[in-house]
Formats: sequence, C-alpha cells, structure tokens
Amino acid sequence: MDYLPNILFVIVLIFGIGFFARNVKKLSRNIKLGKDVDVSDNKSQRWKNMARIALGQSKMVVRPIAGLLHILVYVGFVIINIEVLEIILDGILGTHRLFAPLGAVYNFLIGSFEILALLVIVAVVLFWIRRNIIKLQRFIKPEMKGWPEKDGNMILYIEFVLMLLFLTMNASDFQLQQLGADHYTKAGAFPVSQFIVPLIDGLSQSTLILIERTAWWLHILGILAFLNYLYYSKHLHILLAFPNTYYGKLKPQGEFNNLEAVTNEVKLMMDPSADPFAAPAEDVAEPEKFGASDVMDLNWVQLLNAYTCTECGRCTSECPANQTGKKLSPRKIMMDTRDRLEEVGKIMDANKGEFVPDGKQLLDDYISREELWACTTCNACVQACPVSIDPLSIIMEMRRFLVMEQSAAPTELNNMMSNIENNGAPWPYNQMDRLNWVNE
Amino acid sequence: MSEQITVKTMAEFTAEGKQPEILFWVGSAGSYDDRAKKISRAFVKILNKANVEFAVLGSEESCTGDVAKRAGNEFLFQMQAMMNIEVLNGYEIKRIVTCDPHSFNTLKNEYPGLGGNYDVVHHTQYIKELLDGGRLSLEGQVYKEKRITFHDPCYLGRANSVFDAPREVLKKTNANILEMKRHKKDALCCGAGGAQMFKEPEKGDMDINVLRTKDALETNPNIIATGCPYCNTMMTDGIKAHEKEESVTVLDVAELIANSI
Repeated sequence: MDYLPNILFVIVLIFGIGFFARNVKKLSRNIKLGKDVDVSDNKSQRWKNMARIALGQSKMVVRPIAGLLHILVYVGFVIINIEVLEIILDGILGTHRLFAPLGAVYNFLIGSFEILALLVIVAVVLFWIRRNIIKLQRFIKPEMKGWPEKDGNMILYIEFVLMLLFLTMNASDFQLQQLGADHYTKAGAFPVSQFIVPLIDGLSQSTLILIERTAWWLHILGILAFLNYLYYSKHLHILLAFPNTYYGKLKPQGEFNNLEAVTNEVKLMMDPSADPFAAPAEDVAEPEKFGASDVMDLNWVQLLNAYTCTECGRCTSECPANQTGKKLSPRKIMMDTRDRLEEVGKIMDANKGEFVPDGKQLLDDYISREELWACTTCNACVQACPVSIDPLSIIMEMRRFLVMEQSAAPTELNNMMSNIENNGAPWPYNQMDRLNWVNE
Repeated sequence: MSEQITVKTMAEFTAEGKQPEILFWVGSAGSYDDRAKKISRAFVKILNKANVEFAVLGSEESCTGDVAKRAGNEFLFQMQAMMNIEVLNGYEIKRIVTCDPHSFNTLKNEYPGLGGNYDVVHHTQYIKELLDGGRLSLEGQVYKEKRITFHDPCYLGRANSVFDAPREVLKKTNANILEMKRHKKDALCCGAGGAQMFKEPEKGDMDINVLRTKDALETNPNIIATGCPYCNTMMTDGIKAHEKEESVTVLDVAELIANSI
C-alpha cells in the first residue's frame, strides 16, 4: 500500500494547524496588552448572552435580509464542519468515507450538507451583489477603501470556491460509485451534486478519480488556508464573536464606568484631614494616566472588541453623527484600534517581544479629534452591533485623555466646564438663583 | 400669567422635622433654561395637584456632572457627584424624581459606585405612578384627537429601557399617539447628548436635530412630545429649521399632563 498521500496529508495538516496556533498566540498576546478589567461577574447572564447573541444570532435578524442570509452561511459553516472531520480522518487513515457505516444517518447527513452547500452558494452570491452591484451605503464608506473592501469580497470568493469544490468532489464520487470503482463504497445521498454529474458523464474512471482527488485535496487545503486567513481578516469574527458576546457590557447602556484613579484623588481632595503638602511616599507608583491615547491604555475587552469587528457597518449606519455627514464612524474607531494594535504587535515581534515607541499612537495618527468630538454618546452604535462591541467606550476613554491629560477640549466645552466648577451649572448663573423658576 | 405653585426645600422640611415622599431633582436646565423652567413648573403643578409631599434642594443642588463626564472630564464629574452625594445623604434622601433623563441616568447608574444609592425615577414614570395609584386623574379633553408623536430621549430609552411609561401617560390624554419610523431602541438621537448641547457641531451636511425632526414631521403631528429638556430645545430648533413652528409645537410630557388636569 502507498502511504505517501497519508504522510503528505499529515504534514500539511500539522503545518496548517501549527501556523494557525502561532497566530492565535499572537492574537492573545496582543489582546493582553490591554489593561485588566474585571468581567468575572454574572457568569450565567454572560453565558445566556453568548447563546442568544452569538449562537442564536438574535441581533443579526434585526435586519431580516442580511440576517437570514447570514444564518444560512453560518449554519452551513458550522454543520458542514462535521464533514471536514470525516475528511481529515480519511486523509490521515487513507480511508474513504469513514463514516459510511452509519448508513441511513450518513446518507441524511451528506444530503443535508449538500443542500446547505447550495444555500451557502446562493447566500454568498447575494452578499456579493449587495457589496458590488447594489453597493449598499454601509459597504462603501471611506474606511472601507482598499484592503477592507478586498477582504470582504475575498471571503465570499473563498466560501464560494470551497462549496463548489465540495459539490464537485461529491459529484465525481457519486459517478465513481455508480461505475463500481474500487475504494469508492456506495454511500451518501447527493441531492445537489447529482445535477453536476451530467457534466462529467462519459469521462473515464481514471479522469474521474483525478477530478475527485483534486477536488478533495483542494477542498481541505482551501479550508486550512481559510483558517489561516482568519487572523488577517475581518472573518476572525466567526471565532471571536463567542468570547466577545460573553464579555459584552451587562450594565444599562447609559452607565459609564467611574474611573477609580480619579475617585481616589477626589476623595483625597475632599478629605479635610488630608495634608495637601505631604510628600508622596517613596514607593508610590507613577500616577495612572487618565484615559487613552494608544491601544495599551484601553482594556483588553476593548481590544478583543477590535479584533471581533467584522466591519458590517451597522453601527456606522445608525450613528447620528455619521448620518449627518460628520467624520465620525464607529466602525472606523474599531478598525483603527485593530490596525494600531497590529502595528504595535509587529513592533514587538521585531524587537524580541518588547514594544519600542514608534512615535505614533491611536490618537491623531489613526483617530482624529474631530471624530471623537462628534459623538453624542447616544449608544445607537452599541445597540446596533450584532456581536456586542462597544465603540462608545473607546471614544469616551480618548475624550478622557484629551480633557484630563491635555486640557484639549473644544473651547465651548471648556467654558461649560469652568461654569460647573464656578457655579455648579453648565451656564454662568448664580447658584443662589437656582430656585428662581418657582416665582417666574 | 404664572399660576401659583408650591415648592418647599429640603432645608424647610428638615426644619419642620419632616421627610418628604420624594425629592424633585430639578437639574441645571430645569433651574436656569427659560424653556426648561416651564417644564419644572408644569411638573410641580402636577405634584401639587396630586398632593405629593415633595422637596427640592434649591441652592443646595448642583450640576450632577453628567455633561462633564460625557465630555471626558471624569474629575469634575466625580467632584460634583461627591458633593451632591454628601448633601443627599445628609438629608437621608431615599427617592428622587427628575425631568432630565441625563440626571436620571447619572443619579441612577453612576452615583451608586460613589456612595449615592437612591431609588431614582424619571418624571414620566412618576406621573404614571400617580395616575395608576389614583392620586391624579385627567379630566381635560384638551388633546383629544390631537396627533402626538413621542421622541425617545437616548438616556431614558435606549440607555435605561424606559419606553412604556411616557407612552402610557400620553395615552391618558386621549390623543392619537403616533410612532416615528425609528422609535424606542432604534430612536435617533436629537443631537444634544454627549455634551453636544454646549458646542457647535462638527462639520457635516446637516444638523442631527433637523434630521430627527424630519422623522417626527413624517408622522404629521400637531405636537412632538419629549421627556428631556435638551431634546425639547433641539426639536424646537428643528421645527424652526423645517419652518413648521406655526403648525407643530414641542411639549414635554409633564406639560401635556399639566394642561390636562
């Protein structure tokens, strides 16, 4: 017996999975560059959210057409993976259709995979039309130019080709079964690929085997390549949507966190027994930086958010600032955060894991002040995200940096804030006049 | 032509050795903004009518700090919050009602972490409570058959999931309640939140309030109802931008109810 294909397969498999594992390690290192945040609370609620939002796609169907098509691709992807398990085992063991002894169950499975594969093809084609022919607004915003646009299409092409290979493989297999070829046990049902059979009818057995083997190999190689494409693509959401929805915000949307570092300082200021002139203890740490000017100032959930973003643009299309022509796009906030984080990661790779400042940062080099100040904090972006990303929290952290570290708020806001400091209202009125409205 | 309303401060209650049922947090807009002051007066008219023993802090009240926090000035926010909490806790305040969803959100969600724990309700919720409890009844037919559309304030609706109280209260006026195409969780912001109220908008091709008012006008209303002093200003300006100030008015839920009792 010839073991060469098995050995070759195992090598390819190890290589494909190994490379992926390396990228996962990098991904996890980059996410951990974020500050720690306690998300260990409410475990049961978190599991429920993950089941409902990620597994159950509850927020996808808010937009019914995209939602339904997405469910087709999602269900297809998850279920067809059962077949990938068989393919991998066949590849390692040199068997063919290892699960065939399941009989009727097997036939049902293969039959449903075929129908799903067809539905995936239909959905993918419609997705492509939405992006490239109809040109839906949210897919052609400025931040989508270049790689993001190519990436979106690339994913559709790969999925299309993979499904086509799967069906071609089945069609030639089916034909070989009919011809009674060695090794090709009669198994499976082929409700879709039977329609491809006429195209290969009359080909010799050896040509058919060549087609079947080529399709088989290209299919599994394609899947391994796709797996490794994830890290470089918005398609990473197929994995990260799960942890991301688990760690998503549980508090009311309007509740913003109170910065603890500030609380300590304010308490000290308001404590009448505190000595304002006391020298700080020697072992005291550098005072914490307020807010965020770069990715390391954000917390790790915010960085996970950035890697999870699949650039669907629902946030941006719901954003009141974006709808009225302002520069702010919540999706761009997430894409910029990921791009900068990747850049930081590459600098670390080049310097033995140490980050060497490169004179760049998330603020100004990626996200402009104009974008940050255009936000109304209305939470529409948070509400719209199908995978519980919170772009608003990043905008807020960056505003905090601008105001508390740089005193760089717009002039009108500085006036408003000094009014609050002086007379306890955003307008310059005397606090003693607070009750005048009663007698007016 | 101001009607006589009765307002007592916490200091007066304490001097009498009494505790009010509820504290009315007037907020900076409700205290100083000419339009919002009318909302405060309307709400007090309702409270007086229902014989609610309520108090205000008067000159002891200070900005909640919400707007400073949204602008990024956490420091100023926490200073304001801690000063207010000292006053509120000093008076042993248990329950607070406010006409401003921003104060509502901050007092309800962000003060507890700094030591201020109160039962905070929005005035539309409180009015509903008064109506449900039979303490208040509407007799007026002022708004019967009128077309009213309710604009959800972000910090009441999306931020805190209060959608039904204002609508149920409005229904009691016998008006025709119309929904805009984007409402409740999907409502569009009026453009004032996140400290935008206090600055010029960034460059764009339209102002947010004009867009939101367009949503409202599509329902062909007589009245746009809101539950937020800032939304009120933004929608009123929006009406002017659409040159509809002759046919459409912007009123707070409290004003609609005050006119119906």
